[in-house]
Amino acid sequence: MAIAPAPTATDLKLEERFPGAVAKDTRKNYTGYIVAADKLIEVATAARDQLGYTYLSSATAVDYLEEGKLEMVYHLYNLGGGPALMLKAQAPRDDAVLPSLVSVFPGADLQEREAWDLFGIRFTGHPNLKRILMWEGFEGHPMRKDWKEAYYEEDGKPFEARWPGGEFYRAEQNNPFGHNVKYPGGFTVEGWTPEGDKALYAGMGAITEAGSAMKTDHIVVNLGPQHPSTHGVFRIVVTLDGETIVDLQPVMGYLHRNHEKIGERNTFLQNIPFTDRLDYISSMSNNLGYVLAVEKLMGIKPPERAEYLRVIMVELTRICNHLWAIGFLLNDLGAFFTPALYAIKERELILDVFEAVSGSRMMCNYMRFGGLVRDLPAGIEARLRELIYERLPRKIDELDGYLTNNEIIRSRCLGVGVLPREQAIAYSMAGPVLRASGVPYDVRRAEPYSIYDRFDFNVALRENGDTYDRYVIRIDEMRESLKILQQAMRDLPGGDIQTGKPQYQARVPAGEAYGRVENPKGELGYYVISTGKPNPYRYHIRAPSFINLTAFGEMCKGHKVADVVVILGSIDIVLGETDR
Amino acid sequence: MTNPAQELMNPALPVPADMQTNIFITTLDKIYNWSRRNSCWPMMFGLACCAIEMICTAASRYDLSRFGMEVMRPSARQADLMIVSGTVTKKMVPQIVRLYNQMPEPKYVLAMGACASGGGPFKEGYNVVSGMDKYVPVDVYVPGCPPTPQALLHGLITLQKKIDGQSIMTVPWYQKGPSEPIPVPILGPDIIDPRQAPLLRQLAAQAAAAPVAEAKE
Repeated sequence: MAIAPAPTATDLKLEERFPGAVAKDTRKNYTGYIVAADKLIEVATAARDQLGYTYLSSATAVDYLEEGKLEMVYHLYNLGGGPALMLKAQAPRDDAVLPSLVSVFPGADLQEREAWDLFGIRFTGHPNLKRILMWEGFEGHPMRKDWKEAYYEEDGKPFEARWPGGEFYRAEQNNPFGHNVKYPGGFTVEGWTPEGDKALYAGMGAITEAGSAMKTDHIVVNLGPQHPSTHGVFRIVVTLDGETIVDLQPVMGYLHRNHEKIGERNTFLQNIPFTDRLDYISSMSNNLGYVLAVEKLMGIKPPERAEYLRVIMVELTRICNHLWAIGFLLNDLGAFFTPALYAIKERELILDVFEAVSGSRMMCNYMRFGGLVRDLPAGIEARLRELIYERLPRKIDELDGYLTNNEIIRSRCLGVGVLPREQAIAYSMAGPVLRASGVPYDVRRAEPYSIYDRFDFNVALRENGDTYDRYVIRIDEMRESLKILQQAMRDLPGGDIQTGKPQYQARVPAGEAYGRVENPKGELGYYVISTGKPNPYRYHIRAPSFINLTAFGEMCKGHKVADVVVILGSIDIVLGETDR
Repeated sequence: MTNPAQELMNPALPVPADMQTNIFITTLDKIYNWSRRNSCWPMMFGLACCAIEMICTAASRYDLSRFGMEVMRPSARQADLMIVSGTVTKKMVPQIVRLYNQMPEPKYVLAMGACASGGGPFKEGYNVVSGMDKYVPVDVYVPGCPPTPQALLHGLITLQKKIDGQSIMTVPWYQKGPSEPIPVPILGPDIIDPRQAPLLRQLAAQAAAAPVAEAKE
């Protein structure tokens, strides 16, 4: 795969192209460009069309309370590889209006809705600017720095002792309702009319087809949030013409557990176990992304052995995740639980390794800034070797043999939910979904992190972008992961697993950092801003499961309602990460 | 496995030796509870991380079917047991309460993991409910984040013990009159529990009477 060297963000000369509209971000340890709000669309279009930054990876907001500004931060990438072009646009807090980038990058759709929901930035030109994680009618924009939750105690941890004089209290005791609730002043029950789902259904109502002899109505069908095939508490609202899908809206937020708000109250170290609970099927690689972002800020590197162990754990996680994804894709196809049982069996063996090294099956909490929490326990290396060299290759072949040429799978998956290459890029899809559409973009290659530049592996690639390819590419990726694992096991050095002394309070210099890793589900990014305090000032997660849903509606249109669950299964979302 | 007949047999009532293979004498409570405890169908209902461990518990290694619980029902109308497996958010709680109301009695609730039991690590979050028991009665709490499959199995065995201890004379679902459904929470500016509406009214009245005090807060 020939990659043309991408121009680095510094020699773009954006200031000369757009005099007066673009300025370098000169804050200490900040990079990127600050773009005037009215020129944002123009600059983004130029970045896409002239500079080759065709892929909008992440769009998020930061609340600079003291300066009275809200800032949107966009990370654009060149699909040939290389670092990000960061564009920033600012708006005053009390009148936060920015132009929407949906017309340039459709992948900004859900992310801008999230910024509206949590920060209250109004995007002009956005086609459907509604709350996304909270419900319509919720009071306030909770990620703003001056918005305080019902159980608010202090701005940042560690808190003062919670048991002054030896008597502890619970957060409920401070709240008049004994619940985690807070109402605006002057609120009365009688004065409230619930919004319900009116706003949601309003745009999807019944439309009568004109010109047809028979009068047919479109009907709106609701799937979830309690539905056996939505992979968690996910909700889908579809408009149907007969059985064919005309329109589809993903509705989420049913597992929005305020990861980012809690993350900004936590200390840097306290966030590591929370990252486990994002994409709870692949906790090890979530750890890695966050740890990399903070290590960038701290300017430290883990020792060799730790690097290798990280790669081993992360690639095992990828196999775990893909096994699970394939098992449950088959579930969605109607092969109820038998293929999943085969997949879960192998996953359990990998979880045994995780439990041995970290103490927990799922929530590993294994990585630390500058290393790992502990070394491999005695005896586990032999088991790892057995898994990596003997058992897993055999079992992946077995799964492949049973499933890949199965007639039912082929007839239900081939040509279903096609996502063409251009759309996959425009909608900011990531991971296997992007690569199944013929885009060879893998962060491990495009911007190698950790020690991925040392291993010999191929970026799995498929061309058709249908459900079948998204299934097959996961088998390919497991095989590639095994290649990496075998090389890492072969070269695993001895030595320390932690730089310096393990410490409870990481000292993180002020600045911003973006750490991104190729998670099993796609590019997982952590945007972390430190002000030198023990807590991150901003802690944002670019969640692949969330952004991959942007194109879900497009992929489903024209297919039958029974294909919706299969297409969703082939995107492979995890709600912990979608809603955060 | 023990012979179920022997498990049910009431030792206080002697049966002649030659008839022991044909007849066994037991109490209604015992046979009623025995059949309920061994066919307790959980609802197929996953919320968050704990749901993954719940699926693992149902899979071959831990095998929930040993306890007669493998028939997971996606419909609340066919389920006996709601395993609240994960973080309960304010946005989700109206649905959960509605599902609970839809379950036919006898019904049980098992709060799986720290979040469902009391909010867990996400308790301070603005969209998180501090425990399922704020809204529906919970029978068994299983600690852990997430609980291992073994812990969930232990919780289910505990539930079976609880069922064993119930008597047909006192169980709520054989009392006169229908049981009251739990009022479904409303999504307002924050979640509104209709049972707390009087308190809300009272506090709003107080705040209106003394606006100065509120401003100080």
